[in-house]
Amino acid sequence: MDWSTSLSLVAPETLLSVSGLILLLVAAWGGDRQARGITWLTVAVLFGAGLMVAPALCGGAMGGDTHAFNDQFRADAFASYAKLLIYAAAGAALIVAPAFFERVRAMKAEYPVLVLFAALGMSIMVSASDLITLYIGVELNSLAAYVLAAFLRSDERSAEAGLKYFVLGALASGILLFGMSLLYGFTGSTSFAGISASLSGGLNGGALFGIVFVLTGLAFKISAAPFHMWTPDVYEGAPTPVTMFFATAPKVAALALTMRVSLDAFGSQVHGWQQIVIFAALASIVIGALGAIGQKNIKRLLAYSSINNVGFMLIGLAAATPQGASAMLVYLAIYVAMSVGGFVAVLMLKDADGAPVEKIADLAGLSQHRKVLSLCLAMIMFSLAGIPPLFGFWGKFVVFQAAVQADMIALAAIGIAASVIGAFYYIKIVKILYFDEPAMVVTGKSDWMHQALLALSALVISPLGYLLTVWLGGLANTAVAALFFAV
Amino acid sequence: MDSFPILTLMLAVPLIGALGCLFASAPAARTIALVTTLIEFALGVLLWVNYDIGGAQWQFTERLPLFAGFNYALGIDGIALMLIVLTVFLMPICIGASWKSIESRVGEYMAAFLLMETLMIGVFAAQDLFLFYIMFEAGLIPMYLIIGVWGGADRIYASYKFFLYTLLGSVLMLIAMMWMANDAGTTDIPTLMAYDFAPEAQTWLWLAFFASFAVKMPMWPVHTWLPDAHVQAPTAGSVILAGVLLKMGGYGFIRFSLPMFPEASAEFAWLVFALSMVAVVYTSLVALVQHDMKKLIAYSSVAHMGIVTVGLFTFNAQGLEGAMIVMLSHGLVAAALFLAVGVIYDRLHTREIDRYGGLSINMPYYALFLMLFTMASVGLPGTSGFVGEFLSLAGIYKVSSWVTLVCATGIILGAAYMLWLYRRVAFGEQKNADAAAMPDLDAREWLMMAPIAAAVLWMGVYPESFLAPMRADIAALDARLARARPEGDAHFKLGGAKPAAAAEHGAAPNAADEGSH
Repeated sequence: MDWSTSLSLVAPETLLSVSGLILLLVAAWGGDRQARGITWLTVAVLFGAGLMVAPALCGGAMGGDTHAFNDQFRADAFASYAKLLIYAAAGAALIVAPAFFERVRAMKAEYPVLVLFAALGMSIMVSASDLITLYIGVELNSLAAYVLAAFLRSDERSAEAGLKYFVLGALASGILLFGMSLLYGFTGSTSFAGISASLSGGLNGGALFGIVFVLTGLAFKISAAPFHMWTPDVYEGAPTPVTMFFATAPKVAALALTMRVSLDAFGSQVHGWQQIVIFAALASIVIGALGAIGQKNIKRLLAYSSINNVGFMLIGLAAATPQGASAMLVYLAIYVAMSVGGFVAVLMLKDADGAPVEKIADLAGLSQHRKVLSLCLAMIMFSLAGIPPLFGFWGKFVVFQAAVQADMIALAAIGIAASVIGAFYYIKIVKILYFDEPAMVVTGKSDWMHQALLALSALVISPLGYLLTVWLGGLANTAVAALFFAV
Repeated sequence: MDSFPILTLMLAVPLIGALGCLFASAPAARTIALVTTLIEFALGVLLWVNYDIGGAQWQFTERLPLFAGFNYALGIDGIALMLIVLTVFLMPICIGASWKSIESRVGEYMAAFLLMETLMIGVFAAQDLFLFYIMFEAGLIPMYLIIGVWGGADRIYASYKFFLYTLLGSVLMLIAMMWMANDAGTTDIPTLMAYDFAPEAQTWLWLAFFASFAVKMPMWPVHTWLPDAHVQAPTAGSVILAGVLLKMGGYGFIRFSLPMFPEASAEFAWLVFALSMVAVVYTSLVALVQHDMKKLIAYSSVAHMGIVTVGLFTFNAQGLEGAMIVMLSHGLVAAALFLAVGVIYDRLHTREIDRYGGLSINMPYYALFLMLFTMASVGLPGTSGFVGEFLSLAGIYKVSSWVTLVCATGIILGAAYMLWLYRRVAFGEQKNADAAAMPDLDAREWLMMAPIAAAVLWMGVYPESFLAPMRADIAALDARLARARPEGDAHFKLGGAKPAAAAEHGAAPNAADEGSH
C-alpha cells in the first residue's frame, strides 16, 4: 500500500491535527477574547471530521483496504463508530463550556484546542492496531486531559484533580508500557496481527504477564474496579464541562481500545483474559453501586455511576462474542447520551448567583419549582438504573442477552441482581427531587444551549429511543463485523 | 374491527392524556384525567362487545417490527380481555377518589395515574416476551412516585421497599426470558406457550418467573411490601394496587409459568400449595389483630391471593376459572373496600378502627355499601366472592382434600375478620362524637360506589358473562397442562352412586355446571 492511500485513510486525524495547530496560533494571537469563536470553529472541525469518518461506518469498511502505514492504523467501521461517538461527546463538552467558564472569567482560548487534541488522541486510540500507535494515542489524549482537569487554576479542587489524574495516569501508562514490553519480548511483534498470530501457538507465562499488565493499564483508563479510585476525585474536582468530557469521550475510546486489544490482539487466547474481565465487570458493578450510596456530591455520585456502567459494558466483553461486542457498542452510545444529559443537568443546577450547586441535599424538592429540569433528571436517573421503558434499559438488555447467548448465565444473573443495589441510589435521587420538601437553592437561570442539549438527550433516553434500536443495532453489527474480520 | 388498531389506541389515549395533565392546572388536570379514563372505559366496552367469543384464540392482534430484538406485538385472549376491562373500569373511579383528596401537584398525580393505565393495559395486551417485561417493569416508576409523593407519613420507606422488592423479583425473570428467547428462537408469547422446554431447564426458568410473580402477587413470605405500600399510598393508589397490580402476578402465572413450564409447575405445585396455605391462614390471623383498616384489608388481599395461587396450580379447569374469578372479584371488592376506607378517611383523617363506630346511624348508605362489599369479601352467595372461591375450592378438592380443608379454614377466618371489622366500624354505639357527626355519601362517592356494587352483584348472580370469554382459553390451558396433571386424592364421580358425597356437596353439581359450560 502506497503512502498516498495511507494518508487518505488518516485524513480525519490530519484534519484534526492541522486545525488544532492553526487554532492554537489563532488563540496565541487572538487571546481569550476569541475563545467563543474558537470553540465554535472547533465544533465545526469535529463535525467535519465526523462527516469524513461516517462513510467508513455506513459502508462497513473492513479488511486490508483500511490498513494504513503497514497495518499500524486501521480506519475501519469499528473505529468510525467509536470516533463518531467521541466527536459527538467532545462537541457536547465544547458547547456547554462557555456558559460555565465565563461566569468565573476562565473561558480561555486553549480550552477548545485542548479538547481537540484530546479528541485526536482518542481517534488514534480507537484506530490503533499496533502497540506503538496505541501508546501514542493514549498519551496524546492523556496529556491534554491532565491539563483540562486542572483548567480552573484558581480552584484548589481542580488543581488537586489535575495532579491526581496526572500521577495515577502516569502510573497507569507505566504499567501499560511494561505490559507492552513484555508482550513484545515474548511474542516478537508490536502489531496486533503479529501478537495474535504468535499467541495462537500457545500462551506462555511471560506473554500472560504482558496481557495482565496491558489490561490493568487499560482498566485504569476506563476506570474499572479495582482501578477506579481516581475517578470520584477527578470527576468532582474537574470543572463540570470537563467532567462531562471525561465521563464520555475517553470512556468510549478506552473501551473501544480495550475491545480491539482483547478481541483482536489477544483474540486467540480468550481464556487468558476472560476471568480478568469477568472479575473487573462484577467488581465495578458492585463497587460502583455501593460506593455511590453514601455520596453527598452529585458529581461524585455520577462518577460512581460511570464505574457501575463500565461494569455492565465489560459483561459484553466477557462474553467475547460478536454479539457481546455489538452490545457494548450499543450500550456505549446510550451511555454517552445518558452521561451528557446527566452532566448538562448538573450544569443547569445553579443558585441565585449562578454558582454551581453540587450538593445532593440542595436538590431537595426541586420538582416543585423546576418541573422540566427535575423530570429530565429523574428520567436520566431511572435510565441509568436501567428501569424500562427508558432507553438505559436497552443497553443493559443487549449486554445481558449477549452474556446469556454466550452461555454465561451465572454471570448474567449475578450482574443483574447486583444492578438492584445500584437502583437504590438512583431512586434516592428521585426521592430527593420529588418527595422531599423544597430547599429552594436551585433558582438560577440556565443557558439556552444547555436546555437544548438536555432536551435532546432526554429525547434519546425517553421510550422514543427504542425506535433507534434497529438502526443502532445495525451500525454496531457493521462495526463489530469489521473488528472480527481479521480474527 | 380486525384492521382497526384498538389496542394501540387504548395505549395511546392515556399517554396523551398524561402529557396533557403534566402541563395543566389542577382543575384542568382533573377534568382531562376523568375524560381520558372515561374514553378509555368506552374503548374497553367496545373491546368487550367486539370480542368474538369462540373465535380465534388471539384477537385484535397487531404486529409491527419496530424494534431490534423484539416486536411491537399486541393481542388479547379472553383472560387478558377481562383484566383489561377490570383496569379501565377501575380507572375513572380512581380519578374520582382523588378528586378532592389530592390537592398538591394534581397535574403530576393525574399524569402518573394515566401512565400507569397505559402500562397496565400494555402488560395484559403484550404478545411479545420483552414488550411484556418492559410494561411490567415500567409500572414501578409511576407507582413509586404515587406512593412517595402523595403517600402517608412513612411513605419514603414504603416506596423504597415497594420498588426494590419488586425490582429484585423481576430482574431474574429477565435473564430467564433471555434464555427462553435464545432457546426457542422467538419472543412471541403464543408460540412460546406451545413450545416445550427441556424439563431440567424448566425448573430454573420456573423458579426465576416465580421469584417475580410471587413478589408481585404477593405470596407469603415475600408479601411484606404490600401492607406498607397500601397503608402509605393514597386511596386511589391502594385501589389500583389491589385492583390491578396484584393481578399481574396471577396473570403472569396463567400466561407464563403454567403453559410454558407445565412439568416444572407440577413439580413445584407442592411449594405453591404450602406457601398459599400459610398465606391463607397466617395472614388471616394477622388481619384479625390489625388496628389500621387499610392494613387489615391489605392482609386480606394476601389471603385472597393465596386462594388464587392454589386455584391456578390445581391443573384443572374449575380451579383455573375459579382463580380468574377470584382475581376479578377481588379486583372489584378490594378496590371498593379501599374506597370505603378512603371515604371515611377523607372525613376524619384516621384509619384507626377504634376511632369509628356506629356509622350505620349517621351514614346509612355508606354502611349499606360497606356491608355489601364486606359480604362479597367474605364470599356470600349472590356476590362475586362466592363464585370464585367456590370454583377454586371445588378445583382444589379434586387435587387434595387437605389443602381444601386449610383454605376453607382461611375463608372462615376471613369471615371473622371482615365481619368483626364491620361490627366495629358500622355497628355499636357512637362512641366518638366526631365520627358520629360525619355526613353520609355525597354524589361523587355514590358515583364511585354504585358501579362497583352493581358489578359485584352482576358477577355474583350471572358469572357466565365473565366466564364465557375466558372459557376457551382456560380449556386450551387445561389441555396443555393435561400431560403434567398430578394425581388427585379425591376420586368422586359426579352423579355416581355415592349418596354421602352428593349430600355433603349439595351445591356442587349446580355450581360445577355453572362453571364448566
